[in-house]
Amino acid sequence: MSTDTPQAHAAKQVQVVSGITVRLAGDSGDGMQLLGTQLTNTSALAGNDVATFPDFPAEIRAPRGTRAGVSGFQVQFAAHEVHTPGDTLDALVAMNPAALVTNIGDLRKGGLLIVNEDSFEDKDLKLAKLTTSPLDEPWVENYRLAKVPMTKLTRTAVQSLGLGVKEADRCRNFFAMGMVYWLYGRDLDATLRFIQAKFSKLPDIQEANERALRAGWAFGETTELFGSSYQVEPATLPKGTYRNIMGNQAMAWGLMTAAHLSGKEMFYGSYPITPASDILHELSKYKNFGICTVQAEDEIAAICSTIGAAYGGAMGVTTSSGPGIALKAEAMGLAVMIELPLLVIDVQRGGPSTGLPTKTEQADLLQLLFGRNGEAPVPVLAARSPGDCFDTAVEAWRIATQFMVPVVILSDGYIANGSEPWAIPDVNSLKPITITHPTGEAGEKFLPYSRDADLARPWAIPGTPELMHRVGGLEKQDGTGDVSYDAANHEKMVHIRAQKVANVAKIIPPQEVIGPSEGELLVLSWGGTYGACRTAVLKGIEEGRSVAHCHLRHMNPFPSNLGQILGNYESVLIPELNLGQLRMLIRAKYLIDAVGYNRVQGKPFSVSELVEKIAEMTSGKQNMASSKLTSRAG
Amino acid sequence: MSAALPVLTANDFASDQDIRWCPGCGDYSILAQMKKMLPSLGLPLEQIVFISGIGCSSRFPYYMNTYGMHSIHGRAPALATGLRVARPDLKVFVITGDGDSLSIGGNHFIHLLRRNVNLTLVLFNNRIYGLTKGQYSPTSPEGQVTKSTPMGAVDHPLNPISIALGAEASFIARSVDSNIKHLAATLYRAAQHRGTSVVEVYQNCNVFNDGAFSYAQDKATRDDTTLELEHGKPLIFGKNRDKGIRLNGLHPEVVSLADGSVSHDDLLFHDEKAESTLVHLLAKMRHPQFPEPIGVFRDIEIPIFEDQVRGQLDSAIAKRGAGDLNKLFRSGDTWEVA
Repeated sequence: MSTDTPQAHAAKQVQVVSGITVRLAGDSGDGMQLLGTQLTNTSALAGNDVATFPDFPAEIRAPRGTRAGVSGFQVQFAAHEVHTPGDTLDALVAMNPAALVTNIGDLRKGGLLIVNEDSFEDKDLKLAKLTTSPLDEPWVENYRLAKVPMTKLTRTAVQSLGLGVKEADRCRNFFAMGMVYWLYGRDLDATLRFIQAKFSKLPDIQEANERALRAGWAFGETTELFGSSYQVEPATLPKGTYRNIMGNQAMAWGLMTAAHLSGKEMFYGSYPITPASDILHELSKYKNFGICTVQAEDEIAAICSTIGAAYGGAMGVTTSSGPGIALKAEAMGLAVMIELPLLVIDVQRGGPSTGLPTKTEQADLLQLLFGRNGEAPVPVLAARSPGDCFDTAVEAWRIATQFMVPVVILSDGYIANGSEPWAIPDVNSLKPITITHPTGEAGEKFLPYSRDADLARPWAIPGTPELMHRVGGLEKQDGTGDVSYDAANHEKMVHIRAQKVANVAKIIPPQEVIGPSEGELLVLSWGGTYGACRTAVLKGIEEGRSVAHCHLRHMNPFPSNLGQILGNYESVLIPELNLGQLRMLIRAKYLIDAVGYNRVQGKPFSVSELVEKIAEMTSGKQNMASSKLTSRAG
Repeated sequence: MSAALPVLTANDFASDQDIRWCPGCGDYSILAQMKKMLPSLGLPLEQIVFISGIGCSSRFPYYMNTYGMHSIHGRAPALATGLRVARPDLKVFVITGDGDSLSIGGNHFIHLLRRNVNLTLVLFNNRIYGLTKGQYSPTSPEGQVTKSTPMGAVDHPLNPISIALGAEASFIARSVDSNIKHLAATLYRAAQHRGTSVVEVYQNCNVFNDGAFSYAQDKATRDDTTLELEHGKPLIFGKNRDKGIRLNGLHPEVVSLADGSVSHDDLLFHDEKAESTLVHLLAKMRHPQFPEPIGVFRDIEIPIFEDQVRGQLDSAIAKRGAGDLNKLFRSGDTWEVA
């Protein structure tokens, strides 16, 4: 128990609950993302399972107090396993009227609504395009409203420090945080450490934020506004050392680990783009790990510099989002043609064109599979959660080097910015990635396009005597790699490149299914919708429905047992945040009349909408024996 | 210990591929001078890499018995940048054309120069798109009639030397395909430079733009239409070396040395290390008003991109020690589940 955290009075009631979903909403620039991250870390440290959903506008500082400028951070923390940030809110903290009216729809009836009373003046209402205060509306009765004069209380708390009004008001968010911490019995320690580190060079600000945090806690404890506080016990996660991790961070760390496991220096060429830039920021920090990051002049230079480095024998990685990937398409084709290992990572966002830069979507699948001229297949993997980005990155580099092929990893804005507890692996226990570069013999003709059993060509790197050879985008003669316009040779090479990618299926593990191994309905999903789909299916199973869940990481090639799995169910439901891209592939390949559940609203699925869809497609209560939870390799 | 390197000849640099340029193309001469120059660098074949984009000239790597890549249109500078950062031990050449480097690849061209990546870029300027059969290029003069400009090109042409100066390139030179001695010497100087060296080569496309540079190529006229730059020497030209360039304010002017009224000391002296404004005046000297300068316009030493990128890795390791992933993953807030 922390000595820094005040103890709650025994007089106040403590309710034990299994999980809580909270959303903090305010102006972008009000520090909502920072608060959310702090609440997440603190809850993870308390042993809860957590899942988060940061939701912010594309503008850096949208006009203050307006609806467009509202930034939110949602976190679910629970005493059980959670896969999503939660559908409906148990509590909403709204720092201004705009935050209230744009978020209230997600607060459950009877949920706790905490507002900063001081920011409901006429001018605030005007900014939010309101004529009357929502706090006076009859529907407020549906919630437990706590009106807190946060601005005044914060100013009082920091008064003796002599800060300006503007600076004092900036501590408001920590006051709100203190209240939330009291409400949910959270420890202040981690956030106090954070404040100390972040403001170490500004002792006044450091002190002010600390005071605001403690004042918020004290207010929660003494006020009569909150009937009780809540307690969420630690979750039972598998044994191990954990930390909280965000998707982009896990991706960066996975790449670093892949470089380490393969004994390669990483060359990372990138151009800033939302929501992928954090991978660039993260990797740029670790120069002492031998990671070369180059911020290129554009998306094309980013991937081309990476291909140049790969030709030189480095681990080449480039990251982007949809619009940038479109620019990289021609260079990806070159990498396919010259058969070099390379990782291309797409952190998807809403499209087309500039679309919704800060919102999530899954609509780049077909672009990555087919968006190149000619027959240019590449393996495509999709990460399913923040922590899963780590494993996906390592596996992608394993495939790229074994098959001498560029590999695509799909992430999305939701998992890139979301976070979850991550069981930290011991790097020394991970399987090494073995790479061999050929050496030359004098007098022996080198064949740069000869093949091994996987159909991979040798990765001969410049500087190696006797292996001088030329590669390029023109069609290659099988074996010699010389330029060839021969009709039969071209067809042969097209088949070789396709077969090589198909061969990847031989090394990927059989697809697993959760739930009954046969029955009425299979929910087939991929990428960042994992959490919502898994939770919905588990709920369906709990309700006694004949439903199973199959979640794909390998989008190309598909796992070899997928067709067999699909045949074991009467119907297949494919929920996607697009208009049915995986569904099209599944229908084309397996001739199965899969049903789609498609949303393109720039936000993740809610569990309840999927539960509803599953209910609609299943007959209801089944024999519990057949619905027993099983995990199996089809 | 390294064994003594075998002495290579121009032939050792020839690959086994048949050369497929049109007979009479200026590219043959550039290829020949490159092969002739390379042995003088004293590097083994495997240490050399040629990277090209797309266009007639970009087939060049296929004809060299070194490592090489024929990449995609305009992107060779970006590929070469990545290669140099990953492998600073390699000697890298970029082969490009006027369309490749100044049109589709204009962005990469200027960024290569401002970064000062240590490589030599040879820009084959024939003022035409040859591989696509005769459209005007970014260096085609205004009014040029081509397949895509039947009424004449209306775009103002780019001057590769001016662009390179604008991007603050550390080495800029110009030569002519048919002036083989000058070409070989210029390529050698460029290859010796530390940093990005740009060599614009006037190259004749005898099929689609024949004679575009005939004034600079013909032995009969070239002494009067070109001016060989020499560091520290006055700007003198003409068959009888009786003409010079004098600076009148900020305007160069042609003066006669024949009657003795103007002495060598009155002329503009070439300084490869000069501030770029002065070099701009040379770049803007165009035929027929002026003799066009050939040779090295600029040769200065500035920090090299990949040295600095890799230097940051070294200093990070020196400061923080070599990275340890297990340590990193366990830094910050962690908790145990027993």
